[in-house]
This record gives sequence, C-alpha cells and structure tokens, in this order.
Amino acid sequence: MLNDRTSQALIAIMAFCAIAGAFIPDWIMNQMMFGFSRALAVLGLLVLWRTGLVSFGHALYFGLGAYTVALLDIYLGVSDAFLRLAASVLVSGGIGILLGYILRNYRDIFFAMLSLAFSMVLYGILVKTQALGSTDGFAVSAPSFIGYVPEGKYPLFLLICAVCAVSGLLVQTYLRSTLGKLTTAIRDNEVRVEYLGYSVAQAIHIKYVMSACLAGAAGAFMAMALGQVDPDSMVNWTASGELVFVTVLSGPGSVIAPFFGSLVFELLRTYAFELVPHAWQLIVGGTLMVIILFLPDGVWSLITKFRRPAK
Amino acid sequence: MSKQKKGEPILSVKGLQKEFGAIIAASDINIDVHEGEVIGIIGANGAGKTTFVNMVTGYLKPTSGEIDFEGKQLVGLPSREVTRAGISRSFQVSQVFITMTVYENLLTALAIAESPGLTMLKPMHRAELEQRCDEILERYQIAAYRDHVARALSQGVRKLLDIAMAVVSKPRILLLDEPTSGVSVEEKFGIMDIVMNALKADNVTVLFVEHDMEIVERYVSRVIAFYQGAIICDEPPKQALVDPKVREFVIGHSVVKGTKKNA
Repeated sequence: MLNDRTSQALIAIMAFCAIAGAFIPDWIMNQMMFGFSRALAVLGLLVLWRTGLVSFGHALYFGLGAYTVALLDIYLGVSDAFLRLAASVLVSGGIGILLGYILRNYRDIFFAMLSLAFSMVLYGILVKTQALGSTDGFAVSAPSFIGYVPEGKYPLFLLICAVCAVSGLLVQTYLRSTLGKLTTAIRDNEVRVEYLGYSVAQAIHIKYVMSACLAGAAGAFMAMALGQVDPDSMVNWTASGELVFVTVLSGPGSVIAPFFGSLVFELLRTYAFELVPHAWQLIVGGTLMVIILFLPDGVWSLITKFRRPAK
Repeated sequence: MSKQKKGEPILSVKGLQKEFGAIIAASDINIDVHEGEVIGIIGANGAGKTTFVNMVTGYLKPTSGEIDFEGKQLVGLPSREVTRAGISRSFQVSQVFITMTVYENLLTALAIAESPGLTMLKPMHRAELEQRCDEILERYQIAAYRDHVARALSQGVRKLLDIAMAVVSKPRILLLDEPTSGVSVEEKFGIMDIVMNALKADNVTVLFVEHDMEIVERYVSRVIAFYQGAIICDEPPKQALVDPKVREFVIGHSVVKGTKKNA
C-alpha cells in the first residue's frame, strides 16, 4: 500500500501540513481546512472522471454530510467529531447506494443531469422546510474529540489532515487494483469489459458510492470548519459546479492533485474577492478558461512538468 | 478430420429461435458441438450467423429455444456470466481499449479473468500476471507491438489482440466473428495460423463465422451454412462446399468470387 511514490508523497505532504498547522496564522489554517475538506469530494469526482463520468450533483452528498452534522448537533446535541464524521459518511454512502442503482444505467450528459436533478430535490426540501433550517441553515457548534473540547481549531485541522491522508491512500490503492483500473477500460469500451467477465454497472456503482462517501466526509468537515451550514453554498447546483470546477482545475493525474487544486481554488477565490468584491467570479472563471486552454490536465501537470524535464 | 466426435456434446443448441418483430433472424437452429471441433459458420450477409453468435454469448436473448453448455442453461445469462462459464468470443469489429497499449489491454483482460470476487482489489500489476501477459504476447506474435497504443494498430494486429484478449479466460469454446475481415489477403493466412495453433495448443473448441471459403476449406472440420436464419447444411467441408444448396445460397451470394484468383 505504501510502496509507490504517490502514496509516500501524500503522507509526507499531509504530515508536513499537520505539523505546520501549529505555527501558521489562523486565517491560513482556515483556508487549508476549507481546501482540504473540499478536496475530499474532488477526490471522489476524480475517480468518476477517470471513468468518463461527470456528476453535476455531488453537492447532494456534500450537503447530506454537512446537514447530518448540523441536525445531529441541533436535535441530539452530538458534538463529537468522530461520531459526526461517521454518521455523515453512512448517510451519504447509504443514499449513494440507493441512487446508484438508478444512475449506473446512465452515461454522459444523462448521468450528469440526473445527478443534478437528485441534488436539486434535496435543495428543494431543505429550502422549503423550516425544521431543516430553510434558506438560513443552521449554526454548528464547535466539535469535541472524545470528550475533549479544544480551544482553537487545530485538533479539527489535524483530523482533516489525517482523514485526507487515509482517504488518498485508499483511493490510490483502489486505483492500482484491477477493479480500479477498470476506470479507463470502461471509458474506452464497455462491451469488452462485459465480455471479459465483469459487470460494468457494478463497477460504476462501486465508484459512485465511493465518491458519495468522500463527498459526505467533505461536507461534514466543511460544516465543522465553517461552523455553519446553509443550502445555497452547500447544496445548490452552484456548489456542485464548484466541485466540478475544482476537479478540472486540479486535473485527473494523481490523487494528490485534488488537495493541491483545492488550495489553489481557495486562495484564488479569497484574493479575487478582495480585489473585486462584486465581480470575483470573473477572475475565477477566467482562470478556469486559461487552465482548460493551456493546462488541460490541470494545475497538477505543472508539478509533473517540473519534476520530469522534457525528454 | 471429418470424423464425427463421439460422446456427449459440450455445447448443445436446441430449437433456437429469434424474431425481431416480423423478421425471423434465426429459425429452429439445432447444433451439437463436440470437444475439439473447429466449426466454420458460413452464409450470405444477413443469414443469421452473427445473430447466432450473439445469442450463444448472451448479447441477444433468443425468443425461444435452449442453449446447454456442459449441463448449464445459458439462455437469459448476461454475456459476462457466459464468459465466466467458459465461452468467449471475438468481434467482427475488434473491441479493444483504444487508449491503452497492447500490453495494458492484455493485462486488463488477464487481471479480470484471474480475479473472482475480492481479488479484484489486488494490484493489477503483479508479477505472475505480467509474466503470463508476456507469454501470451509471444504466442500471438504481437510482442513487437507491446507498447503501441491500440488506436494506432493495423487491422491485423488489432484482430490478434482482440482474440488474445478473448482467450485469456481459458474458455472451453471460442466463437470468432469473422477473424479475417478487414485484413489484407497477404496477412489472413498468417493470422489464422497463429490463432489456430494457439487454440489447438490450449484445446479450445472453435466456432468461427467466415466469408472466405479458402479459410473455411483450410481450417475447419465441419461447416454449418445459414440461409435466411435457418441451417441449410451441416457437413464436413469437402461435402459442404460442393453442396448445391450451399453453392446457390451461400457461395453464390458471397463476396469471394475474386479470392481464388487473388490468392
């Protein structure tokens, strides 16, 4: 599991961030928490993307994760970060299994749009239901860690780094396995995969549930890091679009790419907002255009380019 | 060669029927296949050859009839389960993973064949698979193209890759759908020699759809001729190729007029 360079690099990066977290100012740590949280969801989208599938509805699972944390907090007073995380992953994974039975039969634009439709159903329910916070959402209390209630946010940051490292390792192991290698194979030729003796629908279903669980964890962390949940920034289609945006920005080249790409996105958005508060989307959108035109494999390809100089 | 094999057939097709609305694509097809046979399936375009292959391999569900393979009923099984049961196929238009190299194509095929259940989670690049992969590349004489991307291969090499991918699961029966279509006249016997020798070594029973009567004459032990969805002849090649019905409905309709002269 640890015998490849990507896994080793991922652990080294996460360990470095975890240690650095103790010394950096709070605002940078916050940016990193938002970035790494979102990166988990992007990691799931990367698995789907390699199979040739794009989901424009993963805010559904992001939102389910975030709202699971909020509702557990409001109605049951659960503040333990581990419990919140586990519950979020279970809820989004469970819904992912159910919807997967439908979505695994669709490809291309139909897959993308059906995913979007499901996410908008959740958005509709949240916005219309007072008990679920309606358009305002909820404030989420600070997490505790098996009884320990910390002062700052550093313990949460450590947990995020740890979960990112473990998730990245699992996805990397998966991508190197035969089942994981079926990503490109399915994108190239489904008929052949079936005739080799494996169910394409099942392979896609597994990938879909994986991505749902990852997006659920992402939502849970985002809720705890922000200290609030709301439908517009977490469940609306724009949130799904943001996830796809970061996936394209990161590139499909490596499991480390989402973490790098998400940080770039957070910083980009923050500075664009400071620079032109009313038209920051213009800068963000322009950046994506430049990326697609000049770095079709995402910002990650910058790193691989420098590591391996031109042959 | 033309001797009928004794004993239980390994594949037994009974009363197979397929209708697409008013069109009857296969009508009352009965075939017993014995181990080690090499059967050539001939017929004009639209005679029902590929429909037959598609029904046996689970791509099409027959309207009625039975397909018995080693005591197992195949009708209604999806193609992946037919493959797992021991019947593989190649395609008229090669079905390979076009963005992967020849080696990756074969390794993927091999890894799926060797991975029941949770072994799918083992790393794909593992020594024992990589070694077998290289052996197969040698056997099918495509080792020189090992690192070529499949999209850029010539028809002949792509056909060989397609067939090699179909046999990694060690099938008992292999159905080849026009193994030499789209391949140049110079290449076709070379390809057939490679394939038939490899299959004989593995003791695979072969059914292949073919338009080219020279190929049929040279390689098969039994000919089954289709006409309008029905079998009109089931004989050893010597008798079949002079059968008046075959001459009228198959060879007369076929595109092989010029092949004798070209070869």
